[in-house]
Amino acid sequence: MTPLGPYASFIVTSYAAVAIVVAALIAWVMTDYRRQKKRLRDLEAAGTTRRSGRSATDLS
Amino acid sequence: MTLIDLANPSRFLALASRILPWLVAATAIVLAIGLYQSATAPDDYQQGATVKIMFIHVPNAWLSMFVWSIMSVAALGTLVWRHPLADVAQKTAAPIGAAFTFLALVTGSLWGRPMWGTYWEWDARLTSVLILFLMYLGLMALWRAVDDPSRAARAAAVLTLVGAINIPIIKFSVDWWNTLHQGESVFRMGGPTLDRAFLIPLLVMAVGFTLLFLTLHIAAMRNEILRRRVRTLQMLQAGRPQDRA
Repeated sequence: MTPLGPYASFIVTSYAAVAIVVAALIAWVMTDYRRQKKRLRDLEAAGTTRRSGRSATDLS
Repeated sequence: MTLIDLANPSRFLALASRILPWLVAATAIVLAIGLYQSATAPDDYQQGATVKIMFIHVPNAWLSMFVWSIMSVAALGTLVWRHPLADVAQKTAAPIGAAFTFLALVTGSLWGRPMWGTYWEWDARLTSVLILFLMYLGLMALWRAVDDPSRAARAAAVLTLVGAINIPIIKFSVDWWNTLHQGESVFRMGGPTLDRAFLIPLLVMAVGFTLLFLTLHIAAMRNEILRRRVRTLQMLQAGRPQDRA
């Protein structure tokens, strides 16, 4: 890697901002998926099923 | 499998669960290669090492427009064909597009300070991208403000199509007006003006970020379909006789 020179703080801050926002997007998608699956499992455990009879958490 | 088969949410979920692991792997590999190439790219003779900001700024700026274009196609799907997945695609793309637009603004600002001497200038390119960011936020607020999902989808589709006018304005702003922002240097008549030492890492990063968007978007669409299943089951549960008593 080449030295970043006098403007290193601008370069590092840019890459850090991208890393933080992308990590936040990934975390949002993953936690939302887990939350929805849990809600579906809870509803099915309470006896509420789809009209088709298939499990709501079945993705296949 | 035809495109119309994918209109079925269950088929989309099955397809998403099959392709997401491959997309995650492809995104990670391409971004890793792009980051390595960005880190080892030579300094620009004028900009020095700050040229490295270009490798993340340009892909985010490109995606800020690309995502709105995808949303516009989805908006047509909602309004014209009432495609069952169109409003799911539109709704879930908005926060991802807003994030990329935010990053384009932040990285552009951080690039502008050492190169232009200012973080911000109210020129045509910067202002039109800021308007795009505000439109993303407005669209997300609209989805939250309207309770009925189908009404929200139609209103959001109309707003998306009206907002699409801003995309060519952003693209051609550097040609139509005298702006502080530099002119087009990659997708232009006569070929790119960038040297291969910068062009290749930039294109690899652009592909990597596009794969990242596709991965996040398909995962977010899967989540939205599950959320709608939750809503349907909750309504069924509320309608059951034993629960009414």
